[in-house]
Amino acid sequence: MGAIALPDPLPAKAEFLLRMGDATLVLGHRISEWCGHAPALEEDVALANVALDLIGQTQLWLGYAAEETGAADADALAFRRDVWDFRNPLLVERPNGDFAHTILRSFLFDAWHLPRLDRLTGSADDRVAGIAAKAAKEVAYHLERSRGLVVALGDGTAESHDRMQAALDRLWPYAGELFETDATDAAMAEAGVADEPPALRPAWEATVLPALAAATLAPPEVVRFQAGGRTGRRHTEHLGPMLAQMQWLQRSYPDASAW
Amino acid sequence: MVSRPAPAPVDGWTPRSAQPDPSGARPPDARIEAWLSAIPDPEIPAITLADLGVIRGWTWVGDVLHVSVTPTYSGCPATAAIELAVETALRDRGVPATVERVITPPWSTDWITPEGHAKLEAYGIAPPTDGVRCPRCHAARVHEVSRFGSTPCKAQWRCDACGEPFDRFKCHR
Repeated sequence: MGAIALPDPLPAKAEFLLRMGDATLVLGHRISEWCGHAPALEEDVALANVALDLIGQTQLWLGYAAEETGAADADALAFRRDVWDFRNPLLVERPNGDFAHTILRSFLFDAWHLPRLDRLTGSADDRVAGIAAKAAKEVAYHLERSRGLVVALGDGTAESHDRMQAALDRLWPYAGELFETDATDAAMAEAGVADEPPALRPAWEATVLPALAAATLAPPEVVRFQAGGRTGRRHTEHLGPMLAQMQWLQRSYPDASAW
Repeated sequence: MVSRPAPAPVDGWTPRSAQPDPSGARPPDARIEAWLSAIPDPEIPAITLADLGVIRGWTWVGDVLHVSVTPTYSGCPATAAIELAVETALRDRGVPATVERVITPPWSTDWITPEGHAKLEAYGIAPPTDGVRCPRCHAARVHEVSRFGSTPCKAQWRCDACGEPFDRFKCHR
């Protein structure tokens, strides 16, 4: 079954909602890949629960986005768009790698996600504010956990430290995209819907930098940040295979409506 | 597009009429309240949906009762089962009902009733209070094993006094 057609160009609010929903969808799916494979049963349960929260939030964001794009519903947007129509930051589509890589990726995202949602609770768009207020409570819990694990593993054994440092070296170049801004962000700020992402950087740094110091981890020097996922300009080679796995059932058996 | 097949018949099950009372009389408010507050939570049947604080209100729209229900966590898989339980409980009593999912204001564990707290503890789940004690021996020497548990709303704890593991309802405010 083919992909759905979206308006081109997308209205700014639709683009904004897709960026929110695709970030939680792709990270939620990535984390769900750990189900049954985590290093300990408790971690397996924890990762599955975080994935569940993120997918629940995705239903809210993409449900709203569907109304703004003319798509049938959130499922149509999740399962019947091709890779170039996704609007998630590259950070969250990175493959899971080892446990260190997975946890650090979540931490860098959670530390952005929480202030993003906190600010959106004051959005001029009541529906955006409502979704943000619901999600923020869940994400506060995600951040507490991912921060705790980053410190415990970074300042842990020689091996856990080395794995965390390697994960940081690998992921740090993807953090810059979280604070990019463009015409869509400017339009959302102008409408009072959402602050422009650069405004989130102080809160993110206030969370991330002390945690990395406590974890005895040092961010690498970055010459150029990787970007292009949030605008759909250029995803990494990893998103397509992930979507193939995520979408094959709904595509092979149209919308999985017949069993 | 392939249409969804009808569900297979279940032995001994007779569909009940969802028709309103032929006299046209609406059940009194107190009866509606009593029906709604008796519906068990599908995942933790020791407490009711009213104890959980997820039924946010109801109103008549013509002859149809319109009930507002809020999810606990946005991804809680029990949400659909909760909505179905509400609709079924009312239809079984001849009250046509629709259920609307509302997320504002967001659900809080502060909405769980004192009766709900007592029922949770009796069932073996530590209620969402600031101090945690073992639901079995009531000792205060307890520790968290995992930030998460068998459902989104719970975490895994263990009692250092009696050694029993237990679920704790997470504080979600």
